[in-house]
Amino acid sequence: MKRKENSVAYLFLAPWLAGLVLLTAGPILGSLYLSFTDFDLLTAPRWAGLDNYRRFASDPHLLNSLRVTTVYVLVSVPLVIAAALVMAALLSGGRRGLGAYRSAYYLPSILGGSVAVSIMWRQIFGDDGLVNWVLAKFGIIGPSWISTPEYAIYTLVLLHVWQFGSPMLIFLAGMKQIPQELHEAATVDGAGPLRRFTKVTLPLLTPLILFNVVLQLINSFKAFTPAFIISGGTGGPADATLFYTLYLYQEGFANFRMGYASAMAWALLIVIALSTIGAFATSRYWVYYADLEGPR
Amino acid sequence: MTRRFSIHLLLIGGVLVMLYPLLWMVSGSFKAGEEIFDGAHLWPTRATLNNYRDGWVALGVGFGEFFGNSAVIAVAAVAGNVVSCSMAAYAFARLRFTLKRLWFAAMLASIMLPIHVLIVPQYTLFHRLGWIDTFLPLIVPKFLAVDGFFIFLMVQFIRSLPPELDDAARIDGCGPMQIYLRIILPLMAPALVTTAIFTFIWTWDDFFGQLIYLNDIARYTVPLALRAFLDSSGESSWGQMLAMATLSLIPVLAFFLVFQRRITDGISTTGLRG
Repeated sequence: MKRKENSVAYLFLAPWLAGLVLLTAGPILGSLYLSFTDFDLLTAPRWAGLDNYRRFASDPHLLNSLRVTTVYVLVSVPLVIAAALVMAALLSGGRRGLGAYRSAYYLPSILGGSVAVSIMWRQIFGDDGLVNWVLAKFGIIGPSWISTPEYAIYTLVLLHVWQFGSPMLIFLAGMKQIPQELHEAATVDGAGPLRRFTKVTLPLLTPLILFNVVLQLINSFKAFTPAFIISGGTGGPADATLFYTLYLYQEGFANFRMGYASAMAWALLIVIALSTIGAFATSRYWVYYADLEGPR
Repeated sequence: MTRRFSIHLLLIGGVLVMLYPLLWMVSGSFKAGEEIFDGAHLWPTRATLNNYRDGWVALGVGFGEFFGNSAVIAVAAVAGNVVSCSMAAYAFARLRFTLKRLWFAAMLASIMLPIHVLIVPQYTLFHRLGWIDTFLPLIVPKFLAVDGFFIFLMVQFIRSLPPELDDAARIDGCGPMQIYLRIILPLMAPALVTTAIFTFIWTWDDFFGQLIYLNDIARYTVPLALRAFLDSSGESSWGQMLAMATLSLIPVLAFFLVFQRRITDGISTTGLRG
């Protein structure tokens, strides 16, 4: 049975291999090369050495987009994870109607990435939107949240937090795996629901928390549609919602500075890789693997 | 007893808060004129279909066209992913071949790649081929199994099928092609359905790719049309915009209602983003 089936195997792999060469491996090397050039799509790339990367430090839009994206990631990821954990804890334990609750809380996540929902958000947080109407009932005259630089980014954070459904589902599945005996033993020892959650559930969920943090980190760095739609493609007001990916799009596909956009893309890849590695590196201090003795 | 009751009350309140924006959008699409700006109430004082009638044709090209374009792309993407990913997955899960480990590692690595490091060269390639402003850049890659995630999902699924089935078929004289077509494909139907559902939803909601590759309004998809609507109209057309936005959510919502169980299971067991 050690016989290899090369010809037939490569026949099955052929479409994927073609895709790998033409659409993944080729382009990743291509964009690395282009990141060292000036390229406007129509004329041949001109070698520019490290110019694109040097320009980062003196490009106020780029620095600003980094700041905006960092705030977005650092504020929304912990909030999404916390919301997902709390909801999963409330829903776990064989509650009646679990299926319906689960679906209802998950629904925003499956619709949230669409242009339609971003348009809705824009109206809700607009000058005469839903939020301000409600505030007016309490005698507060709210600003136009989406066009005030200090607040605009937080409307996007809120839109992200609203979509805590996927990590919640993952946590729920994880909680189901926790042996009932552990909870019973803790109850016998006199632990209440809150204590059981922090001392039993939470430690056993830490591997999934790490998993969700990494997924959410990657997804938030790549967020694009809401910032584009809510700011009308500008990243405004005053660059306050200029996500890194939005600026990359503007440079590459509106201004056709594709060499610069490629350098930005590589910087993004490195940032995402580093933050993923960073998350894993801290994990030895707080992730608990049940088959080992405590955090490693 | 009261404790359980109060938790349910809390949960239902939470559901209302979570779903209120969506309900409010739907109700806004039936409100006339300025009523959208006047109140958080869901029930329109005078429900009207005017927003749907006027919004449908507001861009000159009817929304029927845009829905058609989105549907063509989404259906083709589903076909591409199901065929090409299942072929690759079968090879990885069941066949022996040279460099298998290397290719498998390459496939896993490709899942993590942000599209941004690929988009400029891909765009250049499609530009050279004269494919800009056609659906091809959005469809052809799916037939080349670029969504490695689904390959991984299917590999995991095929590995859970008993290999004795393959052996029995082999003894009966089936080659790898027959085993794939007659044994593996029918048995992996659940994985194929999951792939189809998520491919459809993500393609339907995709914005970045469509924004980059499609320019002519005749080829606009629903998300691009909504964006154009937003750019071209002011406060007066919010009702119409919400009407078209509501319509655009219906296919995904329908998928969700029909396949709820499979979608939530898909997320919770594999961490599919959603």
